[in-house]
Amino acid sequence: MLAFVLRRVFQSAIVLLVVGLVAFSMFRFVGDPVDNMLGQERTQADIERLRADLGLDQPFPVQYYKFLRGAVQGNFGVSYRQGRPVATIIKERAPATLELAAVSGAFAILLGIGLGVFTAIRRRGIAANVIMTLSLIGVSLPTFLIGILLIYVFSVELDLLPSFGRGDTVMVGGWSTGFLTQSGLLALILPGITLGLYQMTLIMRLVRSEMLEVLRADYIRFARARGLRDRAINFRHAMKNTLVPVITVTGLQLGSIIAFAIITETVFQWPGVGLLFINAVQFVDIPVMAAYLMLISVMFVAINLVVDLLYFAIDPRLRVDGRTG
Amino acid sequence: MTQPVLSVRDLVVEIPTRAGVLRPVDKVSYDLAAGEILGVVGESGAGKSMTGNAVIGLLDRPARITGGEVILQGERIDTLSDARMRRIRGRRIGMIFQDPLTSLNPLLPIGAQLAETIAEHLPVGRAEARARAVRALEEVGIPAAAERVNSYPHEFSGGMRQRVVIALALCAEPVLVIADEPTTALDVSVQAQIIALLKRLCRERGTAVILVTHDMGVIAEAADRVAVMYAGRLAELGPVAEVLQRPRHPYTEGLVGSMPMAAAGRARLHQIPGAMPRLGQLPPGCAFHPRCRYARAECQRDPGPTRADCDGRAACWFPVGARA
Ligand SMILES: Nc1ncnc2c1ncn2[C@@H]1O[C@H](COP(=O)(O)OP(=O)(O)O)[C@@H](O)[C@H]1O
Ligand SMILES: [Mg+2]
Repeated sequence: MLAFVLRRVFQSAIVLLVVGLVAFSMFRFVGDPVDNMLGQERTQADIERLRADLGLDQPFPVQYYKFLRGAVQGNFGVSYRQGRPVATIIKERAPATLELAAVSGAFAILLGIGLGVFTAIRRRGIAANVIMTLSLIGVSLPTFLIGILLIYVFSVELDLLPSFGRGDTVMVGGWSTGFLTQSGLLALILPGITLGLYQMTLIMRLVRSEMLEVLRADYIRFARARGLRDRAINFRHAMKNTLVPVITVTGLQLGSIIAFAIITETVFQWPGVGLLFINAVQFVDIPVMAAYLMLISVMFVAINLVVDLLYFAIDPRLRVDGRTG
Repeated sequence: MTQPVLSVRDLVVEIPTRAGVLRPVDKVSYDLAAGEILGVVGESGAGKSMTGNAVIGLLDRPARITGGEVILQGERIDTLSDARMRRIRGRRIGMIFQDPLTSLNPLLPIGAQLAETIAEHLPVGRAEARARAVRALEEVGIPAAAERVNSYPHEFSGGMRQRVVIALALCAEPVLVIADEPTTALDVSVQAQIIALLKRLCRERGTAVILVTHDMGVIAEAADRVAVMYAGRLAELGPVAEVLQRPRHPYTEGLVGSMPMAAAGRARLHQIPGAMPRLGQLPPGCAFHPRCRYARAECQRDPGPTRADCDGRAACWFPVGARA
């Protein structure tokens, strides 16, 4: 088990190094920040000085090493556009994205598993069939369209929920949260659903098909032959076995919730890192783009690691301390 | 005569298909006394499992009981609601399936699976259910049961897992156990142990057993009476010693003849030519007649022979041995 975890951590480190290389390569090969930062009125001396300030005059490996060293310490340099440390900017923006992702993730997982189990148990029922049909819409509509539709219905027509921004936020120890105010909570609803809907339907369809598979298993038949109640059979025996394969996909989906927050944040003008990234792209603000890329990949790698550990928690067959006899 | 534990009367199971209605179980009747072991033999597809599943009320759709009765200790159970049938399953009728590797939930410790079954059926608390789980494991011969009660199924060998399955089937002390090929998936070396264990436990408690198998050796070893099934019907039913030594149905004769033990003294293993017909393509009259070496014109006459029509033991117009 320890060897397995160490191997996974090592693999994760390799992945991050490669992503770091890609992120860093942007500095050299994508646009020239100096052009953007200095206006038309510039001298050669201005250009040289700025290049030296930004460290662009050093050889490639040295720059890469410095970039990595900085990244490990949470130092991604200075934003070309805002002239402030990237770490500071991201720290300001991260709570908005993380809270949005948490709401979407919870929505996707809880409703996805709940509806998946429901549609599997009541396979022939009308409600289950209606849900399955509707879920096709969730899978096939693009995120921005769902967002715009929700805004049209709930903000424009019904005027129930805000269509942009986070509402009022409260600072709690350096973290700006929208969970503590009514307008903050209301503001989370539409973007939360928009961001999580695709993942929710995906998880639901996966849980349903896994659950149907498990319900055919011999141990479910045996559980019935032992006279257990449907509730125990469905939730104690079937659902837990369903979760083993569902965890992988769910973990990856959570990663993509954060990655795809870009679109939702743009539609809802949500002041998170996704919106920050879009603005950075428009301005070729490479330190911000590189930092964003690194953060997203750290997130993915961390989620993968957690998923692997969850397997151990759920499936005793993977624990190597078991005896046979 | 005392009341039988189980009485199956003219049981019919049908499956509606596009090509017509199939009858995997066709007018099967037998009684089981307390503590009696009834062996059920027959080729694969003869309807052995279907009969057992019908008795315990676990037929998979679209199969369903369309005729006859199942009577457990004087109470008719084939017409009970799902909820009432659930309280009979595990409590009064236990079931053991073929493959111990897939019969146990891989994610739950075996003790938890035992305790949940005990707590479901008996008026005991959690602690008492766990204590009984340990005792149930001891009774089926799991060494160090008190420790192993927290182990997961994958930590046991196939033979040990089938012992756990037996413990699960017997933990609420049912009056009847249906064991559907309990040793088919096991190593030959442990098959005899498992059969002996099942036999001993049921004898001790007076539990009746329906022991489904296609192994005549197992029947000879464990059963009191044997029912031979062919194409959904009972071909022969009688005490094991008599049926094995003097089979009356030509099909039984063929089965007994194919036993290595019985054939040892003969020049070659007796084989029944042909294969059992598919359910949709049963011949008229006796379903066995196309393969029967004694078949005559009368054997095609509908309806075919039943045990009651003939000598009470074999469903054959011209039983072996009674022939001139
Ligand atoms: N869903 C089904 N549709 C059609 N035929 C079926 C179905 N399920 C089972 N059968 C048939 O029912 C018969 C009895 O099966 P079974 O009781 O499992 O036989 P056994 O246990 O004796 O090997 C078999 O011939 C099988 O092909
Ligand atoms: Mg079978």
